[in-house]
Amino acid sequence: MRPFQLYPLGDTAIVLQFGEEIDDNIFPRIRAIAAYLDQHPFPGMMEYVPAYTTITIYYDPWVISEKGKYDPYAMAVAHMQELLPQAAQEKKQKARTIKIPVCYGGEYGPDLEFVADHNKLSPKQVIRLHSGADYIVHMIGFAPGFPYLGGLHKKLATPRKDMPQALIPAGSVGIAGNQTGIYPIETPGGWQLIGRTPLELFNPNRETPSLLRAGDIVRFEPISEKQFNALKEKQHES
Amino acid sequence: MSLEIIKPGVLTTIQDAGRYGYQKDGILVSGAMDTVALRIANLLVGNLKSDAALEATITGPQVKFASDQLIAVTGADMAPAVDGTPIKMWRPVFVKKGSTLKLGSATTGCRTYVAFSGSFAIPKVLGSYATYLRAAVGGYEGRALQAGDVIPCNEFPEKVLPLLEQLQASGNGHSFCETKWAVDPHVHPVYQENPEIQVLRGPEYDRLSELSKMYLWKEKFQVTAQSDRMGYQLLGVTLSLSHKTELISTAVTFGTVQVPPKGSLIILMADRQTTGGYPRVAQVITADLPLLAQVPPGKVIRFKEVSLEEAQMQYLKQEYHLEQCKQGLEFKFRA
Repeated sequence: MRPFQLYPLGDTAIVLQFGEEIDDNIFPRIRAIAAYLDQHPFPGMMEYVPAYTTITIYYDPWVISEKGKYDPYAMAVAHMQELLPQAAQEKKQKARTIKIPVCYGGEYGPDLEFVADHNKLSPKQVIRLHSGADYIVHMIGFAPGFPYLGGLHKKLATPRKDMPQALIPAGSVGIAGNQTGIYPIETPGGWQLIGRTPLELFNPNRETPSLLRAGDIVRFEPISEKQFNALKEKQHES
Repeated sequence: MSLEIIKPGVLTTIQDAGRYGYQKDGILVSGAMDTVALRIANLLVGNLKSDAALEATITGPQVKFASDQLIAVTGADMAPAVDGTPIKMWRPVFVKKGSTLKLGSATTGCRTYVAFSGSFAIPKVLGSYATYLRAAVGGYEGRALQAGDVIPCNEFPEKVLPLLEQLQASGNGHSFCETKWAVDPHVHPVYQENPEIQVLRGPEYDRLSELSKMYLWKEKFQVTAQSDRMGYQLLGVTLSLSHKTELISTAVTFGTVQVPPKGSLIILMADRQTTGGYPRVAQVITADLPLLAQVPPGKVIRFKEVSLEEAQMQYLKQEYHLEQCKQGLEFKFRA
């Protein structure tokens, strides 16, 4: 079994961490634990949040401790130790591939030049590298339907902005450190914005509110501003 | 049964205990900032702890009742009054059809909760009534309440009927009638303007420089005007890391204290994101979140370190008191 760490996040959560770096081998492990928890939630478990190298499990200390009979955190640790060997038995799930059209640069990607300059590339090279790779959705987080994608080319890594930007438009595609992602709703954020997609990543009235889910494969397809507007209109009608 | 918003106040939203179970899809928990005050308000009118109530911020709303109501006002003191006469907080109040509840500006604390017996007849979105403003999800059309909004209400739960009838009779035709008893004041924290907030060390605490660790425990931090339901931006000495590293995004929660690169602390609140990439240097204990939620912008806080054992003991103690409170009320309703 891979080495792991267990530690608390406050008084209502326990974190299982596998390593300090993004590693494609960690991902199936976390998915397996998530799948196992879906089937076998323990008493007092509220929910879990999978991330690149961690899965955080929230619990109600009152319920997990049987109304104060036991130490809540010790109970959470015991549940984790019981679950790990079981989860290792979970079957692998097949990934979906989702194509995301993106209009790069200009008004939609105001930081494309910055990302290019930072990495000593031309904006065109940035677009080619960004749209030329398959990305795996490691987790959905930060905002509804926001995918954290693994697989960004090392040449595109760019630090976050020092202070979060007040409002980033929905559909913005950004880079932060060695991560890339898409903003599903208008929200503050610190990522470098290189383009925008006309697709709705989050819609609470859809049967599945998030377009993407952990485990999906994402491919970005460069489109023109004209195609962007046409797709946007088409989506608006439906 | 319904109520009408005459004036909305600064920011009045419908909130419940939170939208759990969808954080893995990036959907925020939202819910009340002061969940203890919300829960007590619900208990006082015979509602479930998962029911929704109004959360008013800084300056409260004016609400007109289209039918008789049993209400409870908890949280910050906004000098609540019915048809111009002050009413007492932290207890059930019978309010007559046609009368108006007016909340003023908060004197102690900054968030007030008003629960209505039977709660609102509104649909749950993704399992919760909570309003998540930025995504326009839940609550009343996913937004803050506005003048003219009419919120439909459910019938009274059967168990409050004896108390309701008793208050109605004692009211003798007046706009309202309140109980002589209130909830045990030990059940909720005493709001302070400049409180000491108990925290645990966060997972990335050790990344702080030695000087910054000292500052975290010794310095005062001001809650700025940029603070909202999503998070509190703190003003004070800036903290720095012993070595600068980009973190891999991971889960954050209510009360997570983060250090962005510029070094000014942020505390994540009810509308926090589900995950984040800034170092998590401290974590407010759950028992102190109501205290923090009631600190108005401009006031200062300081942090005090406690152990996980201590934090969970305080959690269990708070939960025990709330359970006791609920049982006591079941008895009072039969009165």
